[in-house]
Amino acid sequence: MSGKPKLHYFNGRGRMETIRWLLAAAGVEFEECFLESKDDLTKLQKDGVLLFQQVPMVEIDGMKMVQTRAILNYIAAKYNLYGKDLKERALIDMYVEGITDLSELLMTYPFQPADKKEQHFATLVDKATNRYFPVYEQVLKDHGQDFLVGNQFSRADVQLLETLLMAEEYKPDILAKFPLLQKFKARISNIPTIKKFLQPGSQRKPPIQEKDVPKVMKIFY
Amino acid sequence: MAGKPKLYYFDGRGKMESIRWLLAAAGVEFEEEFLETREQYEKLLQGGSLLFQQVPMVEIDGMKMVQTRAILNYIAAKYNLYGKDLKERALIDMYVGGTDDLMGLMLMFPFLSAEDKEKQRAVIVQKATTRYFPAYEKVLKDHGQNFLVGNNFSWADVHLLEAILMVEEKKSDVLSGFPRLQAFKARISSMPTIKKFLEPGSQRKPVSDDKYVATVRRVLLMY
Repeated sequence: MSGKPKLHYFNGRGRMETIRWLLAAAGVEFEECFLESKDDLTKLQKDGVLLFQQVPMVEIDGMKMVQTRAILNYIAAKYNLYGKDLKERALIDMYVEGITDLSELLMTYPFQPADKKEQHFATLVDKATNRYFPVYEQVLKDHGQDFLVGNQFSRADVQLLETLLMAEEYKPDILAKFPLLQKFKARISNIPTIKKFLQPGSQRKPPIQEKDVPKVMKIFY
Repeated sequence: MAGKPKLYYFDGRGKMESIRWLLAAAGVEFEEEFLETREQYEKLLQGGSLLFQQVPMVEIDGMKMVQTRAILNYIAAKYNLYGKDLKERALIDMYVGGTDDLMGLMLMFPFLSAEDKEKQRAVIVQKATTRYFPAYEKVLKDHGQNFLVGNNFSWADVHLLEAILMVEEKKSDVLSGFPRLQAFKARISSMPTIKKFLEPGSQRKPVSDDKYVATVRRVLLMY
């Protein structure tokens, strides 16, 4: 028994990726158990370890935690990445929820039926550049600090970086009009734990390839 | 300036209802401004009050808070409905995540066609009775206590009651296989602040109807 958190998910980003990022940012080593088939998921369900029959599931501190937000909230609080008081937590939560909404658009794109892909892509670019990025650019402009909240590194910075990089995978020049976000991206990427996570060989997962989409859908649907 | 929280949303449940429940459960009085017209909404947008151009928005403690989850987290923590430590918070977050997913199945229900409503009703009942209610029934069975977490009233209890009542509106006998949830429902409903919220004349909103759907479509230009 290693005592390290153990992540149960398929070998890909999905809803577990943000959790991987946060653990890595906090410098926490973790193990992973990959679901390869529907049978693997069924076995976990029959073992009674999935509260709502779903993954992500993370074994941590004697708990079998499910629900992505619950897991992220726990890790963030435990490793002091959740602000210093209620008001900072409120700001972090607002920023994180906005990033999560954008992330959902990015994450679900590969799973869209062929005839809906073009529209979905247009929507995600529009929302990223007109709704979400301007907000974070303005936040950084208004306080002129290095981090989003409280002049201190927090989960909001980690999750924003994750999403900026994901958005760039879809459209490499998507940050063209956001100079402060570009600087933010460079700055946060340079933090030692993050830098390590961004190197080849880390537990960061690549974007899902089109050929793997059916396999993933079989596990979950 | 009242100092009371002020809620900006449509005159209906939607994503704001869980916030109304939590404030009411905490015994916090609040005001509401209902969006009826596109002009009202554009005024809010232009005024810069909506961080991501969306409602719910709640003015509270000098902040214009958006994002339902952020608002609920803040209220729960402020009014001591979020457990006593990190581990209790973890449990509350897990349980609330489940009831949020369950209520999420009902969010768009009013907007569906009659045929799709019937299909969705079946999905809601199936997920409630095979995935969610069994989980909470077991939690209550395992510790035998009155509340879901830490033997203390919390946000998780409020959220579960709200979800139970919503599913019962879709199928009135849906709790028939869940004796502990039935007892839980009766017990939490009779707590003074909750009882008051369940009485006619409170700020609890009724099941969404076609008028609500029309208002939302008009205000959000959602067709």
